[in-house]
Amino acid sequence: MRIAASAAPQSTWAMARRRFFKHKLAVGSAIFLGIIALLSLAAPAFEVARGIDAAQVKLFSRFHLPSAEAWLGRDELGRDVFQRLLQGGQVSLLVGLVTALCTAVIGTIIGLIAGYRGGWLDAFLMRCTDSVIALPLLPLLIVLAALDLNKLGLPAAIVQSENISLYRITFIVALVGWTMVARLVRGATLSLRERDFVLAAQSQGAGAVRIMTVHILPNLLSPIIVATTLSVGNIILLESVLSFLGLGIQPPFPSWGNLLTNAQELISTAPWLAFYPGIAIICTVVAFNFLGDGLQDALDPKA
Amino acid sequence: MYRYLTDRMVQSAIVLAIMSFVIYWLMGLMPGDPIDLMISADPKLTPEDAQRLRALYGLDLPIAERYWNWLTSALVGDLGFSRLHAKPVLTVIWPALGNTILLLGLSFFFSLLIAIPAGVIAAVRQYTKLDYVINLFSFLAISVPSFWLALILITVFSVMFGILPAGGTETIGVDSIWDKAKFLILPVATLTLLNLGSHTRFTRAEMIQTLRQDYIRTVRAKGAPERRVIFRHALRNALIPVVTIIALDFGFLFSGALTIEIVFAFPGMGKLIFDSIMGNDFNLAMMALLFATAMTLAANLLADLTYGWLDPRISYGGEAK
Repeated sequence: MRIAASAAPQSTWAMARRRFFKHKLAVGSAIFLGIIALLSLAAPAFEVARGIDAAQVKLFSRFHLPSAEAWLGRDELGRDVFQRLLQGGQVSLLVGLVTALCTAVIGTIIGLIAGYRGGWLDAFLMRCTDSVIALPLLPLLIVLAALDLNKLGLPAAIVQSENISLYRITFIVALVGWTMVARLVRGATLSLRERDFVLAAQSQGAGAVRIMTVHILPNLLSPIIVATTLSVGNIILLESVLSFLGLGIQPPFPSWGNLLTNAQELISTAPWLAFYPGIAIICTVVAFNFLGDGLQDALDPKA
Repeated sequence: MYRYLTDRMVQSAIVLAIMSFVIYWLMGLMPGDPIDLMISADPKLTPEDAQRLRALYGLDLPIAERYWNWLTSALVGDLGFSRLHAKPVLTVIWPALGNTILLLGLSFFFSLLIAIPAGVIAAVRQYTKLDYVINLFSFLAISVPSFWLALILITVFSVMFGILPAGGTETIGVDSIWDKAKFLILPVATLTLLNLGSHTRFTRAEMIQTLRQDYIRTVRAKGAPERRVIFRHALRNALIPVVTIIALDFGFLFSGALTIEIVFAFPGMGKLIFDSIMGNDFNLAMMALLFATAMTLAANLLADLTYGWLDPRISYGGEAK
């Protein structure tokens, strides 16, 4: 006998997808973020299509107002603001997403070990987590961002690479950003490890690593996805602050933060230059926050 | 309770001690060391002289030994001189600390003054237009980059209308409280706006939780007027976790203040830390960072204690009361 397709029981993921699509703000945010990402990735194509070079300095057309030729005007060196904004988007989004993934991985590993092992290891790891949360993050990040990497004994090939500011900001933000996921995962693991399916796996002789990765981790995916989505927005904000202070992403890479580095000196000459990168940051961060909220409602309806 | 208190204090002290070593170690990894700075001031120094100076100041010792030397002299009150200010470190830190506390205190006060009523209204009128507006505003406030908001306020109030100063603390030659207050308005307003979002969201979430509790239904069934239900029965309980979460947020608040102090050239702890790191003023940077760490740790400790004090149901360490 065949069961009609419509009567087939729906998987958890299908149900979550249906709940997510009901959440209009979250769907709108996802579409918005998709558009921003596509536009940023298409920056080189725009350059070719418009027949311009984004890095080209045109000192005779400094501070030009928006026109058909330069859609959002020109900056203090006569560069095309629209093009710079798209390139900044590439860097800011990339840093936000990659760093969020790193924090999720670190947090998950620490949380799983603390929750599953328990005992003194759990107490120690959670004390560490609480301590990191209790630190004043921005001042410490400023110190970490200002360090002389040669003195740390890193190989010269890495220190002198032009991507170093990307690696550095990802590394230092990940170093302090894992705490939320770690707490979440640890809490969930504590209750999951008492469940029958874990006991069944244990009695069949599964090792700790196998139980943590194969049996417990899949059940933790929803909270991890939600927390990671929400943290992307915070990381983009943090990157923008550090870059604004001149300690984050370094030129020649534009990022939404370092496009604003000169904004304060130019505030009486060309205040509109400060406007676009700020709006881009706000809209993106708001969208990630809405998306996170929507995912929470969809994946974890009880919370 | 007593045991929990000592436990927590010991833990905070350990974290502070570890951080003092970590910060000391990081200071040694900063670009440019003190001897290089001396050499740059005097071109006649030879590498041998530099080596002798290094030995003289104990800079060639292993890190643990250097840290121990620093710690023993710091504990007897010798914190060194600030290179940028040419003054003992503490005389530089105290006024900055006062300024930051003023800035944080004022914006904290104004933020709560607006956020608590806004959060209560949003919770009571959940899913109405008003709730959506308050929510949207909160989302915007937690998503705006602090320095950008400061720049926009400067553009509007200092550049366009010219009614408020763009930075500093006072007009030189004018000594009046009103003048000083004028310089505080924009930094305080920026920090208040930044905090409003999270404060409103916490209050709203806690109020919604509390209003769903059984005892609220009982109070309503008893016929108490709605105003009394909300303010006397619900709000007072909802505020307990709000107070804690907000106090736990102190590190975040301090980070927000740092950026704002830099943009407004406001001489507080945040600007002091930034300037001392950028200016290779290691003695000052070291102590300022330690002060900032101690302040956040103390705020966390305080948050824990007020929670227990406000809500007697919580017994620490599981002992019967």
